[in-house]
Amino acid sequence: MTAARLLLTFVGLAWLALILLLPLLAIFAQALAKGWGAYIAAVTSSEALDAIRLTLLSALIAVPANLVFGLAAAWAITKFEFRGRTLLLALIDLPFSVSPVIGGLVFVLLYGAHGWLGPWLAAHDVQIIFAKPGIVLATIFVTLPFVVRELVPLMQVQTTAREEAAFSLGASGWQIFRHVTLPNVRWALLYGLILCTARAMGEFGAASVVAGSIRGRTVTLPLHVEIVFNEYDAVAAFACATLLTITALVTLVLKTVLDARERRTAHVELASGQLITAATPAGSRA
Amino acid sequence: MISKHRLVRAWSRTTPLVLATVLLAGPSAPAAAASEQKLLNASYDVSREFYKDLNASLIADWKAKNGTAIEIEQSHNGSSKQARAVIDGLEADVVTLNQVNDIGQLVKAGLVAPDWQKKFPYDASAYKSVTAFIVRKGNPKNIRDWQDLVRDDVKIALVNPKTGGNGRYTFLAAYGWALNEYGGDEAKAKEFVKKLYANVPVLDTGGRAATTTFAQRGIGDVLVTFEAEVYLVRQEFGADGYEVVVPSRTILADFPFAIIEPVVDKHGTRTLAEAYLRYIVSDEGQEIAAKNFYRPNSKAVAEKYAAQFAKVDLIDVQQLFGGWSKAQQTFFDDGGVFDQIYTLAK
Repeated sequence: MTAARLLLTFVGLAWLALILLLPLLAIFAQALAKGWGAYIAAVTSSEALDAIRLTLLSALIAVPANLVFGLAAAWAITKFEFRGRTLLLALIDLPFSVSPVIGGLVFVLLYGAHGWLGPWLAAHDVQIIFAKPGIVLATIFVTLPFVVRELVPLMQVQTTAREEAAFSLGASGWQIFRHVTLPNVRWALLYGLILCTARAMGEFGAASVVAGSIRGRTVTLPLHVEIVFNEYDAVAAFACATLLTITALVTLVLKTVLDARERRTAHVELASGQLITAATPAGSRA
Repeated sequence: MISKHRLVRAWSRTTPLVLATVLLAGPSAPAAAASEQKLLNASYDVSREFYKDLNASLIADWKAKNGTAIEIEQSHNGSSKQARAVIDGLEADVVTLNQVNDIGQLVKAGLVAPDWQKKFPYDASAYKSVTAFIVRKGNPKNIRDWQDLVRDDVKIALVNPKTGGNGRYTFLAAYGWALNEYGGDEAKAKEFVKKLYANVPVLDTGGRAATTTFAQRGIGDVLVTFEAEVYLVRQEFGADGYEVVVPSRTILADFPFAIIEPVVDKHGTRTLAEAYLRYIVSDEGQEIAAKNFYRPNSKAVAEKYAAQFAKVDLIDVQQLFGGWSKAQQTFFDDGGVFDQIYTLAK
């Protein structure tokens, strides 16, 4: 019994070490293989800085866009009944199930020179594919499900009782959303946003298709890592990879903190929620 | 009710975000774009080192002659992928590729003038290279020529001819050598390349991937690739670890360039684009090519660097296979000779 348990633990840990820990160490070891000087030079080269700037820019656009869309979609899906509700939920999941490369190719098919909207865009001198807008679009596409997927399960559990109570006290739709719904989901929302940010910065497949890899203009940080690796500059590639790795690790820590926080507040609020429901007169609930 | 001070607080909370966006976008916004001419060169995968040197040299030259600053942007990918991207709307002013066929695709799409080869010296070719071998130090397997590659004890790293121009050159060089060796007997030549590809443990998709397989992962006894890449490997991974073997007969790889007509018209960059491509074939440009181990087209520069390049018998694609588009059809299209011998080899 104990021997079996020991063995299982050992296998589990060895597996984790092999798949997660060693690669993680290898990234940092490679990045620092030629010392701190080479590391600093690699992450502050003008091409690396351009890539970092573009990565941050696309995250700065994609994340707020997903915040607005995610909240609106989750609110509509969980607080209202309408035809096509499940279809909408399934559609939102599409970027999870489809390969990002396909996502990128579809954008080329739509907005490329010979795409459906290509001639119109060209006539109005709008460049989407092989330019920054294409990268932002691709990033929004792959990060679409994150906020919605975090919010929907929680908002489904929280009944509409409190919104109804607020409504019965004369609150407007916006006030209900701002003062009742939003505070209840704030931790899940933050959690979704953090995952969304991490994914936005790490996006490779779709970006690689729509970027056209113009140095200093349409190269994001993950694309830059690939380019310098192909130029035999392993140290620079891994140095830039550490930036992405650090982002991932920070995400992990924040996620853990938020998880604990969310569980605590959910617990407290569930108790108080029942109190409110109990105090609401039966007549106003219809 | 939402009170006033709350609104103010909300605004002050979003202000840093707005500021950050402005700051981030700021430095990359081309403020000087109106006066400064910019050119985008869409090139094949392994030309980065060459164009890094060439662009720096041209920018200095242009400044000295015209007194204005120019900017040259680079995009690198597989040659065919770049042609595809330009067709799909990548606004490159010029393309510098490694297959005449890829420029043919751009002609078909109406982006390159049909007489593009007549517009520049040397049939609009930047430089040449030949397919050669690289072996491990001391040449332990004693690989001297193509016939050594079909021995049972030899493993080869090379590029898949279906996905890379580099691989197509390799295939045609081997096939052409065998045709010559067996007095034009096609059945024997096919048998030869079949045996050769049976010795390839991994078919890589591109030139850089094959190099990594051989030099970094240590797979194979010989790497077959462009001579220029072979020299670069020696520089990157140490000159004493590898030796170059140029076979008795091989193929000449061409690196054609062209102007993308609608793009230079739109950007108003025709003069600069022409000057750029002419600079590649000027003696300065040809010297930079030679320093990057490409065989220069210019006779004068070729003579100066003659010691760097082994003399070799060349296969004439036009004469032997009836030109590139015919060779593509016969050998590499689905169901072509390569598909036949490769499925049989497996």
